[in-house]
Amino acid sequence: MNIAQVQLNGRVVTQDKLGKLRTEKVNLYYGAFQALRSITLDIPTRAITAIIGPSGCGKSSFLRIFNRMNDLIPGARVEGNVEVDGIPIYSPSVDAVELRKRVGMVFQKPNPFPMSVFENVAYGPRRHSIKSRPELEDIVEKSLRHAALWEEVKDKLDQSALALSGGQQQRLCIARVLAVGPEVILMDEPCSALDPVATLKIEDLMRSLAEEYTIVIVTHNMQQAARVSDMAAFLMMEADRAGVLVEYGPTSQIFTNPKDKRTEDYITGRFG
Amino acid sequence: MKVKARSTRRLSQRTAFALLTLATAIVVIPALLIILYIIVHGVSAIDWGFLTQSPSQAGKSGGIFPAIVGTFYLMLGTAIFSLPIGVLAAIHLTEYAKDNRLTRLINLAIISLAGVPSIVFGLFGLGVFVMTMHLGLSLRAASLTLASQALAMVITTSREAILAVPREYREASLAIGATKWQTVRHVVLPQASSGIITGAVLAMSRAAGETAPILVVGAAFIVPGLPNSPFDQFMALPYHLYTVAAQVPGMPKSMMWGVALVLLAVVLSFDIVAAIIRSKARQRK
Repeated sequence: MNIAQVQLNGRVVTQDKLGKLRTEKVNLYYGAFQALRSITLDIPTRAITAIIGPSGCGKSSFLRIFNRMNDLIPGARVEGNVEVDGIPIYSPSVDAVELRKRVGMVFQKPNPFPMSVFENVAYGPRRHSIKSRPELEDIVEKSLRHAALWEEVKDKLDQSALALSGGQQQRLCIARVLAVGPEVILMDEPCSALDPVATLKIEDLMRSLAEEYTIVIVTHNMQQAARVSDMAAFLMMEADRAGVLVEYGPTSQIFTNPKDKRTEDYITGRFG
Repeated sequence: MKVKARSTRRLSQRTAFALLTLATAIVVIPALLIILYIIVHGVSAIDWGFLTQSPSQAGKSGGIFPAIVGTFYLMLGTAIFSLPIGVLAAIHLTEYAKDNRLTRLINLAIISLAGVPSIVFGLFGLGVFVMTMHLGLSLRAASLTLASQALAMVITTSREAILAVPREYREASLAIGATKWQTVRHVVLPQASSGIITGAVLAMSRAAGETAPILVVGAAFIVPGLPNSPFDQFMALPYHLYTVAAQVPGMPKSMMWGVALVLLAVVLSFDIVAAIIRSKARQRK
């Protein structure tokens, strides 16, 4: 795929940005069932890449390849090469726990722990043996500011996170990820449980985070993919229900001038 | 036509409702009657002396203090032997063990263990703890015996409490680079703790009420003084009740009911504690 330099809504993905995340002929199996087939993709750093496609095509499964969350599912097996910064993350020398510090994840349903706002954000740093209170306070404030939540919760850090609104909870989950200091943030339909206003806030947040972080987002929402992403990958199921990559390129190209008929059909709403 | 259909529906709704109420009443009323009956007949025996003195004249007079203390010792011993192992086993079975034939077999064994008649546990305790391990007829042998029996319940309730913790929390923790143990320790166990504690308290209250297992491994009808160590024989409320009610002729009726009332109070107070823990935990969520 040749993307020399493409202008997108004023945003630019250049050749030198490619290669933060890379998959090469990746197959994913759940037991005997093949969920993904031969996916080769090159995801740029400090940009937003959207994974789109119809339900059940393996978008979430694909996302979970990058932080090895699929490891938790009995019978799941990955073939092919997956690299983060050029390091093959499925090699035996890579510790999945260390990997997940660098590759964080935000889930579909906001899932703050039933603890205080402060403890939610401090959870990751605490597990990575940061014990000093001032240091933790510093990390919590920075992370919450970064997640555009500080102003709303600075007076209720000790209150239960479950008392926050859905959109606030999701931004809290983003802050919780940021507190660990990742480079990549995987987002699995992060707005599907939120109202339109909260969704826009998260999208704004994603845009600002993309200046520092590599973001990969799975979304069902075509407008959202068009609004926020720099690159878009379109996945589809084949006859045996295995997901394949149909088309990958700059978002503007995928949405205005798709090369594959199937992409065009999907985007214009002819199926899916 | 339509009106008729609606009235039949209302009738069937009422019938169902009445049946359900009746079923509830059939369950609740006898339980209340039993408690009431024991209170009415036993309360006359209860006074300060009854609760604080040792029995005299083969239990016909005096108090039941050693039996009360013995029962608390037994519960404590049972808790010491069954809770740590039971909870750890539950953690292992839910979080670490692979879902294979062996694990399923173990789970099946645990469920079956809960159904083993208690006298069989008593004989097991006699054979293994008292005779083979030479622990003698003693508080520790009885505690181990009751612990073997309580283990099934502790594991089962802990397992359910751990499984009830939503997967989202585990994923959230793992996804920010917490290890599996950190996730269990800091997310799963705090969430499951009220369920685990409730189960543990209920298991202990059940152990306090067991008669058959301790009958053969160290409970004695009359022991002079309190047990000084886990190696001593001991008195316990259920066994004392069995003896005063069935073994000693000419026993004053109020004596029997008095013992029954104290035993009931001990067991019920633990059940109430469990209920309070449960409702507190529910409020917090």
